[in-house]
Amino acid sequence: MREIVIISGKGGTGKTSLTAAFASLAKNSVLCDADVDAADLHLLMQPEVRQRTDFMGGCKAIINKDLCTNCGTCIDLCRFGAISEQFQVDAIRCEGCGVCVDFCPVAAIDFPVQRCGEWYLSETRFGPMVHARLGIGEENSGKLVSLVRKEARQLAEKQGADLIITDGPPGIGCPVIASIGGATVLVIVVEPTVSGIHDMERVVDLAAHFKVPGMVCVNKFDLNIKMTEAIEQLALRRNVAVLGRVSFDPSFTRSMVEGKTLFEYGEPTATWQQVRDIWTHITSSPSMNTLGIVDLKSSIQ
Amino acid sequence: MIISVASGKGGTGKTTISVNMALALGAGVELLDCDVEEPNAHLFLKPVIERSERVEVPVPLVDLKKCTFCRKCSDICRFNALAVVGKKVLVFQELCHSCGGCMAVCPEGAITETGRELGTVNFGARGDIRFINGQLRVGEAMSPPLIKRVRAEADLQLITIIDAPPGTSCPVIAAMNGADFILMVTEPTPFGLHDLKLAVEAVRLLGIPCGLVINRADIGDRKVFDYAESEKLPVLLTIPFDRRIAVAYSQGKNIVDEFPEWRERFGDLFRKIEAIIKDRGEAVSCAK
Ligand code: SF4
Ligand code: SF4
Ligand code: SF4
Ligand code: SF4
Repeated sequence: MREIVIISGKGGTGKTSLTAAFASLAKNSVLCDADVDAADLHLLMQPEVRQRTDFMGGCKAIINKDLCTNCGTCIDLCRFGAISEQFQVDAIRCEGCGVCVDFCPVAAIDFPVQRCGEWYLSETRFGPMVHARLGIGEENSGKLVSLVRKEARQLAEKQGADLIITDGPPGIGCPVIASIGGATVLVIVVEPTVSGIHDMERVVDLAAHFKVPGMVCVNKFDLNIKMTEAIEQLALRRNVAVLGRVSFDPSFTRSMVEGKTLFEYGEPTATWQQVRDIWTHITSSPSMNTLGIVDLKSSIQ
Repeated sequence: MIISVASGKGGTGKTTISVNMALALGAGVELLDCDVEEPNAHLFLKPVIERSERVEVPVPLVDLKKCTFCRKCSDICRFNALAVVGKKVLVFQELCHSCGGCMAVCPEGAITETGRELGTVNFGARGDIRFINGQLRVGEAMSPPLIKRVRAEADLQLITIIDAPPGTSCPVIAAMNGADFILMVTEPTPFGLHDLKLAVEAVRLLGIPCGLVINRADIGDRKVFDYAESEKLPVLLTIPFDRRIAVAYSQGKNIVDEFPEWRERFGDLFRKIEAIIKDRGEAVSCAK
């Protein structure tokens, strides 16, 4: 089983639009949206949800006023400042550590497990899709990412699909770490801006930890050719393969407005060919060999 | 006065708005970059960094000479950060949430605390604009404690502008909680609208007044404007798509420096926010 994870470091570089375009070119694949915090891929894929499952995350403390003797132990022990002078737990601050629960001398604190979101098994015009929605303000995004990736893998095995295309989250924190481990290749979508290259460098540093092969493509490259070249040089220095360049093309936005992928909107443009070439590059790279042999030579340095 | 600039969707121009508003004000203001996973504000504000501090969170350290392997610590840990295996106690530092439970529960006093590096906080200034950012260590998963640490450095005498991370989960809440106003930056596309709706839900959870900046206001459709109207979210500034702005941004240049007519507009943006905060303050005191 091979999995292509598409990430960007910086948000808004066109990662999801490109993921959708790749999905429409892929054959026999399963789609996975690992950007559970601000999931957008479904807006282009319009999945028909076949199965909906609650995602149960951590617990939160609730003090039972009838039992509480106002001893103050819980306030003293809570390191997150979540319990008020009136012995009320602020659910937003509560980290779910359960320390107050265990130390309350009269067992006055309940600790119910929380529903932190839900995840879906769906069908799209490009094949099955696994996606999720994390509740607002929730923690545990990393756990939910691991869950959707695991489900995508199981689904792919069950259906005999040989490829998973995963839309990853922005940043370098907990959900990104959960997205990268065990990926066959990382495709990093960068925009040619000072912030784009800065964020790419941090994401490359992170990927180097996980020894995954990396590839980079520059989106909207014509906004700043010099920066595009700098990104490609940085990539080569870090043993990240350069996949190609995609022009700044308003039809990405226009197709998005219609809920379509690039290739389903309007007349073919030069961008179509650029994206096709990039897809060919990805799928024909040594790391993507059908035998799934780990290609150590191409891991990010 | 604390103004948190957030967006839901990444790449809509949060940093641009934060930096340009700070530049338009020029003095009496500080910019806190709380997008600690990918901090970018310094690339545009170009502050002189005066000092940096390493930020650590406490994690347990077990003294095996005192330990009786009773497993009380691993039982209390809700994050599976401790495991007692034979005559060893394993600490998985990266899973630890620093709740102190294990230390409090250990009957032998065998647990003390050591630090895990979260990242750094950098302090600096550009002219009269104070600047602080947090930089998450690469490989570190937990950004909220670092965000809280950056926010703890805020100077309450100043106007504080916070550049928040994207999304709607715990790091964003850490960057918005306790602010006087949340400025949401969005773009008029289906992705922008979808993520804006999520961000508005998060803001409402916190009960903080908010308003919108619509960036690249002419690239998509009108649905964001319709949504703003139906939800009574004031649109405080619209910025049209202008290739010159996009190119200037790519080079690390700022709108108010390159296109002076925008200096006034960013100043106005701030004054509108100030008026909303004031009105609301009065409304609240009337209600009491
Ligand atoms: S520890 Fe228990 S009894 Fe004491 S104040 Fe807290 S909830 Fe009440
Ligand atoms: S569970 Fe932990 S964070 Fe929540 S209130 Fe209790 S001690 Fe505080
Ligand atoms: S609680 Fe203390 S004594 Fe018991 S296993 Fe943990 S460290 Fe050892
Ligand atoms: S401090 Fe809390 S989270 Fe960390 S190891 Fe101890 S019990 Fe677990």
